[in-house]
Amino acid sequence: MRRVTDPQAPEPGRRSYLEGVRVAAPIGVAAFVFGLSFGVLARAAGMGRVAPVVMSVTTFAGSAQFAAVSILGAGGGLATAIAAAVLLNLRYGPIGLSAATTFKGPWWRRAFTAQLIVDESWAISQRDDGRLDRYLLVGAGLLLLVCWTTGTAVGAIAGDLVADPESLGLDAAFPALFLALLWPQVRERSRLLAALGGAAIALALMPFTGPGIPIVAASLACLIGARRPA
Amino acid sequence: MSPVWISVVVIGLATFAIRAAGPLLLARRTPPPRAQAALEHLAPALLAALVVTQAVGGDNGGFTVDARLAGLAAGAAALLLRAPLLAVIAAAAATAALVRVVA
Repeated sequence: MRRVTDPQAPEPGRRSYLEGVRVAAPIGVAAFVFGLSFGVLARAAGMGRVAPVVMSVTTFAGSAQFAAVSILGAGGGLATAIAAAVLLNLRYGPIGLSAATTFKGPWWRRAFTAQLIVDESWAISQRDDGRLDRYLLVGAGLLLLVCWTTGTAVGAIAGDLVADPESLGLDAAFPALFLALLWPQVRERSRLLAALGGAAIALALMPFTGPGIPIVAASLACLIGARRPA
Repeated sequence: MSPVWISVVVIGLATFAIRAAGPLLLARRTPPPRAQAALEHLAPALLAALVVTQAVGGDNGGFTVDARLAGLAAGAAALLLRAPLLAVIAAAAATAALVRVVA
């Protein structure tokens, strides 16, 4: 997107949510394709057309949705499906703590804006001073929500036309995406240590716990940063 | 209500509550410096854990080593070459797909 000088443009210092949309655009493509495969999988698991779309709008968390739907589809039981999804989303607890002072306005507005926090919007909105850029987070979160939900709808309606996501290598796209989001964050030594600590905790727990717990426990590696107060 | 809709509603409400907790309960409080310093290290810790679990995580916990790892290596190579984000993702997906065709 080209920047043009425009008398109507926000004055310097005022920021636009469009910036978040622009930064997140490449991730939006991936989110659309993954939403597509979620829609296909959910339809195949017997969820129908409407429920997957409602789930994408309200839950808006890929890994939890995939887990819940594949457990339901395999006849794994309602409680197991719910528990797996909630465990996978528990990381949004500590993530939400880091975003506690990011949003403005009355409580209901903060509660709803916080729903735009996903791993990707949160990662790209990290500022150098350690706080979150609200404009980047909201712009990116809205774009990803639209892409994810539209993808789900297309997949759930026209699912038979889409190839198996694994044969397209889409399951390899996400670890690479997270690595790309991690990359600019580990220039400082203490942040690199936090990353290595988080990876080590996750690896150590993965053989013993269900999905979700290793990621939540990995957030403890952030305590490495508490040694030296800012 | 069918099990499908129960799962949609319960998971949706739980996720809403988890996401809203921090911004609702602690919005007016400036975190103490040490807590703030720790939170600044949350992103690298969690993103690294997501890389690991998404690359070698199995469907029901544990490890599964498959074409994803080759895809991740290709993505890392693209990052080293300073490729844009979409190229990194595409390199990872294409490599994993290729490995699956060959294997």
